[in-house]
Amino acid sequence: MVTKDLPVKKTKKGSPLLDYVMRLLPFFWLLLFFLVPFIIVYKISLSTIALSIPPYEPMLSLKEGIEGVKTFWDGLSWDNYIFLTEDPLYLSAYLSSLKIAFFSTVIALFVAYPIAYGMARSPREWQPTLLMLVILPFWTSFLIRVYAWIGILKSDGVLNQLLLWLGVIDSPLTILNTNTAVYIGIVYSYLPFMILPLYASLEKLDGSLLEAAEDLGCPPWKVFWRVTLPLSMPGVIAGCFLVFIPAVGEFVIPDILGGSETLMIGKTLWVEFFSNRDWPLASAVAVILLLILVIPITLFQRHQAKQEGHD
Amino acid sequence: MNRGPSYFSLTAMVLGFAFLYLPIVLLIIFSFNESRLVTVWAGFSTKWYVELFRNEQLLQAAWVTLRVAVTSATLATVLGTMAAMALTRQRRFFGRTLFSGMIYAPLVMPEVILGLSMLLLFVAMDQARGFWTIMIAHTTFTMCYVAVVVQSRLAGFDRSLEEAAMDLGCPPLRTFFSITLPQIMPGVIAGWMLAFTLSLDDLVIASFTTGPGATTLPMKIYSQVRLGVTPEINAVCTILIGIVTLGVIAVSITSKRQRLQQERDERMAMEQ
Amino acid sequence: MAKKPIGPVRRAFAPWDDPAQPAFIEFRNVTKRFGDFVAVDDLSLTIYEREFHALLGGSGCGKTTLMRMLAGFENPTSGQIFLEGQDLAGIPPYRRPVNMMFQSYALFPHMSVEKNIAFGLLQDKMPKADVDKRVKEMLQLVKLEPFAKRKPHQLSGGQKQRVALARSLAKRPKVLLLDEPLGALDKKLREETQLELMTLQEDLRMTFLIVTHDQEEAMTMADRISVMDHGRILQNDTPATIYEMPNSRFVAEFIGDINILEGQISKKEGDQIQLFSSVLGDHLDIVQSIDVNVGDKAALAIRPEKMRISFDKPEGPGINAIPGEVWDIAYMGDVSIYHIKIAEAVTVRSIVANTTRLVERPITWDDKIWLSWNRDAGVILTR
Repeated sequence: MVTKDLPVKKTKKGSPLLDYVMRLLPFFWLLLFFLVPFIIVYKISLSTIALSIPPYEPMLSLKEGIEGVKTFWDGLSWDNYIFLTEDPLYLSAYLSSLKIAFFSTVIALFVAYPIAYGMARSPREWQPTLLMLVILPFWTSFLIRVYAWIGILKSDGVLNQLLLWLGVIDSPLTILNTNTAVYIGIVYSYLPFMILPLYASLEKLDGSLLEAAEDLGCPPWKVFWRVTLPLSMPGVIAGCFLVFIPAVGEFVIPDILGGSETLMIGKTLWVEFFSNRDWPLASAVAVILLLILVIPITLFQRHQAKQEGHD
Repeated sequence: MNRGPSYFSLTAMVLGFAFLYLPIVLLIIFSFNESRLVTVWAGFSTKWYVELFRNEQLLQAAWVTLRVAVTSATLATVLGTMAAMALTRQRRFFGRTLFSGMIYAPLVMPEVILGLSMLLLFVAMDQARGFWTIMIAHTTFTMCYVAVVVQSRLAGFDRSLEEAAMDLGCPPLRTFFSITLPQIMPGVIAGWMLAFTLSLDDLVIASFTTGPGATTLPMKIYSQVRLGVTPEINAVCTILIGIVTLGVIAVSITSKRQRLQQERDERMAMEQ
Repeated sequence: MAKKPIGPVRRAFAPWDDPAQPAFIEFRNVTKRFGDFVAVDDLSLTIYEREFHALLGGSGCGKTTLMRMLAGFENPTSGQIFLEGQDLAGIPPYRRPVNMMFQSYALFPHMSVEKNIAFGLLQDKMPKADVDKRVKEMLQLVKLEPFAKRKPHQLSGGQKQRVALARSLAKRPKVLLLDEPLGALDKKLREETQLELMTLQEDLRMTFLIVTHDQEEAMTMADRISVMDHGRILQNDTPATIYEMPNSRFVAEFIGDINILEGQISKKEGDQIQLFSSVLGDHLDIVQSIDVNVGDKAALAIRPEKMRISFDKPEGPGINAIPGEVWDIAYMGDVSIYHIKIAEAVTVRSIVANTTRLVERPITWDDKIWLSWNRDAGVILTR
């Protein structure tokens, strides 16, 4: 049978023009201000530092035509990346960032789980308020919340005064400007990111499942281990990613709470850029950091897509 | 699952919330300290607040921050809402994966990378840096948050409402403004507020993309913090926390009232 | 409630029998594909002015897609749709003179009842005074005057349904499309509303196209029913014809209850046909003018209420009678359904009206009985 396909104008779901505007405007905005900058960062990471404005070379000059492109191309090199691998400072900064981010994530998980569990088991009418209490710090300034810890952790700070007064210690502890302070800062700042997905998955948990398990002769601790924990795994995974990924590139916390022993790549990048004014090297640091983060970011997005598929 | 909190989980919650709130509470308390020493209580005083309002530079920075936050949040809300509409409504189009990737990536991308890359763009464009470059940078990263917030609101939106409007003779653009927008308004407002506070708080991206004459409040606070803790900063922080807290609480109370009213109405309608 | 009698006007209405009658809505070879899925498959259908037409079928049969194509929410992959002779291709939904009542009602939650009803009128830039007048009329029509200022969430399900109806009628569309309009109402309210819709359709002299999966609803309200399956119309006819003369097993089984006996045509002389059933080992007589040949595989379909049961074998020329055994009885009050075993693993159902007040029915479990029906009671199905 021959079916005659008539040309039909697209009128589906309103106007195509509106659809185009809706998607092309934000699309091009992000393309220009998010994606293109990364290409520029990559390009500059292949340049060399120079005493000019902007402080790198070569510059692409289209006025000289093909010759200009060629000169530009020859001027690019992998020197910055080679330098990054040769100087042990950068390697240890990357490793130390990953280590600090990893342990902060684990600590945050252990701190957040009982809180989220308690929230999910609270009476229904409390829950919106409790949720609000978790979200509120997220709305208040990150910088301020990190700053608040200086007053607590410094040698004549609130914590030391309290411990001295209680007689637990004889002389003030040095916490500020150490890695311990960085851990405290990261756990504290990112705690809501861990609590929220955990709470979301625990709250969905059907109470009758737990009762069924107990009814079938399972003691409470086993119910937790066998039923509650496995069913809250999506929340655990989401929370861990949400803490780990931004913590790796964290700058404010190591800068304000950390000390000379604290090596974190976000701070290294900042120093290279602002203090040493080595834009090409800072760009190379950023490119490598991005490459490291691509793996967890992709895993996280895949996890989220899978969860959406389940719901 | 709610069978009432056990002693264990009640303790965990109390300790957890104490951990979350004690630093902020202490910061607020010491902003009212008479002494310049932040850690020793020397009596109640509001003199640091008075001092604040005499600090020209600080007020200047606050004004810049506010302008950046309002403009970038507004622009980000427009762009983010559009992006959310495109992502929820248009299931298939060229570059959709790239598009959604660009929406989600800035949410987890380290700020140092975002800041650096945007600065390098502005340099490459030979753009003078200042108010506008910060504003554009803030719009770019906050619009992604807006998109996510509005998207969750759109997910629960009944599309037959739009179809009904069009069926009754309303063209698409008018349908968007008279039907869709009022329905997703709570999401749009929440998105704007989020974009506003994110812009208000941002230190790293603003530091990269700023230029002469455009110092924001967080940048000012940061440079002071490096010199040490002072009660003035505590006072600034207290004001900022107060504004945000009041805003968030006001919005959540209004929306709760509306929800309760709606529930009451529905119950009444059922009883008729 | 409908106070008016449903008069003879309705019965005389049969434009489809008049070849001179112009088509009002016409689907011409319409196909709609969603990716690999064929929702509507080369379908043609003509609907006449003032007709109450029902698209009936299970979920996924393409009935809703067909309606949405008429409203303009979907475009046909191929084929054309005409309204009063005008090709609708390329006309967006907001410029089509049809209005739809949505299954979810789709009332605008942020507008009051009267604003909802006025919405369509305001799109046409109708003068304010006329709008107010029309809104008032519509409120009167659906008896919701006291609720004009309410918001949709302050209404009960039945009231919401009436607002949706009033809103879609307000613009006096050429065609009213109803997508499962009564699905969300309880049984009693549904029956009342069915009658109301019928009266309304007659009073307003409008063309209604309804989509439903409820066969009783379609039978009660529609002038004609299109039974759909897999994107095709299997039969398009009046409710009575569809019930009495189904043209396929699918239609026969979809509408009402039916017994189907498989067999082979063994004799054909004009409209006198004999079907040999191998499970019964017997020839059955049928009177039907149908194009079949001796040797064709076919089935005899008989409605349960057309099957009689008795202890004695009924004699007579036009009667089929086969022996059977009462297997089960379901007492329904007004009728009893007898399950009769007529061969190993073959049972048929016979519905007997309970005309007496006896608690013990004369025919009971395990009785050996005769099952009989007239030659013109069943239909031969070849599909």
